[in-house]
Amino acid sequence: MAEPTTPKTGPAPRRAGINTGPGKLLVTLYGIFTVGAASRSAVQLSTRFHEAPLAYILSAIAAVVYAFITLSLVRGGEGARKAALTCCALELFGVLAVGTWTLAEPSAFPDATVWSDYGMGYLFIPVALPLTGLWWLRARHD
Amino acid sequence: MLTPLTVTLAVAALLLAAWCGWAAYRDQPTKDWHFIGMAVVTLLALAQLVVGIVQTARGQTAADGSVVFFSYLVGVVACVPVVGLVSLTERTKWGSLTVVAGAVVLAVLQVRLYDIWGGGAGG
Repeated sequence: MAEPTTPKTGPAPRRAGINTGPGKLLVTLYGIFTVGAASRSAVQLSTRFHEAPLAYILSAIAAVVYAFITLSLVRGGEGARKAALTCCALELFGVLAVGTWTLAEPSAFPDATVWSDYGMGYLFIPVALPLTGLWWLRARHD
Repeated sequence: MLTPLTVTLAVAALLLAAWCGWAAYRDQPTKDWHFIGMAVVTLLALAQLVVGIVQTARGQTAADGSVVFFSYLVGVVACVPVVGLVSLTERTKWGSLTVVAGAVVLAVLQVRLYDIWGGGAGG
């Protein structure tokens, strides 16, 4: 290939790199929660949906949000960063809303969701993850 | 379920987490010795899967059902190899921290597994 070399332009503009360093750890955690929430809701929805439909549907929604953020973080780039940012905000809102809802009206939830009591059953990681995600994605803004 | 194995696996996972946490603290990536540690934990996890299969084949069943039980066992086996691979692609302290996260998850899964098999009753 006789492509003219243009040393002055240098490498392509540096990608936002949301999937390296701390981002790699974040991807892994989101991946783990995607698998966890997805398999949990798959079992619950398919075997005992009628017991706690609201809780199981909310768990499934959580799984979808986790999956989307995981994919965005893996893909990287500015578009994915913005999409992930939106989803992290949505996730934080979900955790806070569902957490408050489960405390205010426990009778609506015969079984727990991933986001019940602000994720207490999961060591509060569900509330820590979106905060970390928002911080990380904003820090990587060029 | 074999309680001694469950406890051993949980303790081994926490030791691995502490070890890789120390590496991360010293700003180091995972090294050969860490991977040997991960291999040991993974072998223990495989042993647990085999024990689970054998006990189920003998007619014992988990209190929460075999589907959930085996999903967890597969998750336990996959846990450390996955974070090990991630740490190979991230040769910084963040790779080490990823292994810490995976190992802690494995330890937590052990607690859940114990409940799924039958809590205090099954042993």
